[in-house]
Amino acid sequence: MSENTRDVAFRGAGFSPKRMRGIGAIVFVVLILLAEWGTQTGWISALTLPKPSDVLATFGELYNTGRLFDHLAPSLTRLIMGSLIGVSLGIAVGTMIGLFSLVRAGLVPLVAAIFPIPKIALLPLFVIWFGIGEGSKYALIALGTFTPTVVATYGAVDNVDRTLIRMGQSFGLSWASIVRKIVLPGAMPGILSGLRISLAIAIILLVAAEMLGAEYGIGAYILEAGSLYDLERLFAGVVILSLLGVIVSAGIGLLERRLLRWRT
Amino acid sequence: MELRLDAIAHSYGETEVLRDISLQIPDGRIVCIVGPSGCGKSTLLRLMGGLEQASTGRILQVGDTPEKCLNPLTYVFQDFALLPWRSVRGNISLVLEDHALPTSESNGIITDVLARTRLTDFADALPKQLSGGMKQRVAIARALAVNPAVMLLDEPLSALDSQTRELLMDDLVQLYTREPFTAVYVTHNLNEAVRLGHAIVVLSRRPGRIRDIVEIPEPLDSRHRGDPALEARQSHLWDLMREEAQAADEELVDV
Repeated sequence: MSENTRDVAFRGAGFSPKRMRGIGAIVFVVLILLAEWGTQTGWISALTLPKPSDVLATFGELYNTGRLFDHLAPSLTRLIMGSLIGVSLGIAVGTMIGLFSLVRAGLVPLVAAIFPIPKIALLPLFVIWFGIGEGSKYALIALGTFTPTVVATYGAVDNVDRTLIRMGQSFGLSWASIVRKIVLPGAMPGILSGLRISLAIAIILLVAAEMLGAEYGIGAYILEAGSLYDLERLFAGVVILSLLGVIVSAGIGLLERRLLRWRT
Repeated sequence: MELRLDAIAHSYGETEVLRDISLQIPDGRIVCIVGPSGCGKSTLLRLMGGLEQASTGRILQVGDTPEKCLNPLTYVFQDFALLPWRSVRGNISLVLEDHALPTSESNGIITDVLARTRLTDFADALPKQLSGGMKQRVAIARALAVNPAVMLLDEPLSALDSQTRELLMDDLVQLYTREPFTAVYVTHNLNEAVRLGHAIVVLSRRPGRIRDIVEIPEPLDSRHRGDPALEARQSHLWDLMREEAQAADEELVDV
């Protein structure tokens, strides 16, 4: 080999996300251990952050006294009912916008106008409309999940491969068959990723709704703890919300793997 | 059934794509349409199957459709157009579901077309698991399932590599030999045209007009790769197209 000979350097690495198990859990554990160590040694004062072990003890107490389910059950009901209403209406309206030019022309500006309104600001209005009880909470969560679902759905319908629709037409499939068997399954990936965002918004709004006029619920629990500066209980409530978020996200992941097995 | 085109012309806005096309697709024959890129041959095919409306002129179906024909004018697309979320069997049953056939009958049809395209073992595979050639065979099986009067093939082999293309050409010839069908076959590949066409319609560059119609009398199953007679026909076709193709290539795209 002559003197002027070099290896070809590999430069094609990266930019290809892989699935890695356990890393997420390690990040959580490291952060919690850091907080525990900091609070134990006094490096972090008790007013800045409660001891993670104390939060865990509070959580255990909450569980043992059965108060956890007193708060969790109404919260979950509100979350499920509200997002069920919002998401199903959102998918229906989004599909209509995707399919009909008239509906698109009429509703897209309206959705764009509703989207940026902080829904929490409308809570007093909903209380007047639907009462202080469950109605206003459902309505708040439903409206909050409705707009992102609409936007995700009509975007997804727009992105369905037109050649597949032409194929359906060329075989004389009915309009309903084309929508049900080609458009909706084709839009499913986009609808599901929209669902991820909608449900995270639903959890945020759930807490907001429960901070106003709810005796039970995670939001009410956190509000009470906050006004007493009971940081352990406050954090126990926050942990429940985080867990809820993780569970919802994992649930959608599961749904995606089941429904979208056909994707490459 | 016969397909008759009567003085078809078509424009997209200002751009004239097709001019004065009159053509007959006789029953039981394969008519190939060749032409330089952008000559409107795919547009012509979409007009024939009613996926687009011609600006002027008429397209007529003459005669009865075959017995148990569910969709007289049936396409096979260049990019296969299979639903990725349905298995091979599901993709074929898609085009039968709207016809309310008894389950036994539609199962019978599916089994039959899978066997004819040699896909029986792959009935439950998803499209993503199949090679390009297999995907196109599924699309052909789907087209056969509705027992079409005229098959409209839009560059069906253009997305495939040349080996797969040879294999699929043999498949098509076999299918035809066993049970002749009527077809319009659009391609830019002259070799496919001389192998599969009973008549070859040569279109000029845009706006597409019929430059010539070349008849090839040899039966399909006696045409072979590298046959000197076919080679001669192919180079004759190329001579017809060469100038048009060159001129088309040098045109600025303003669509």
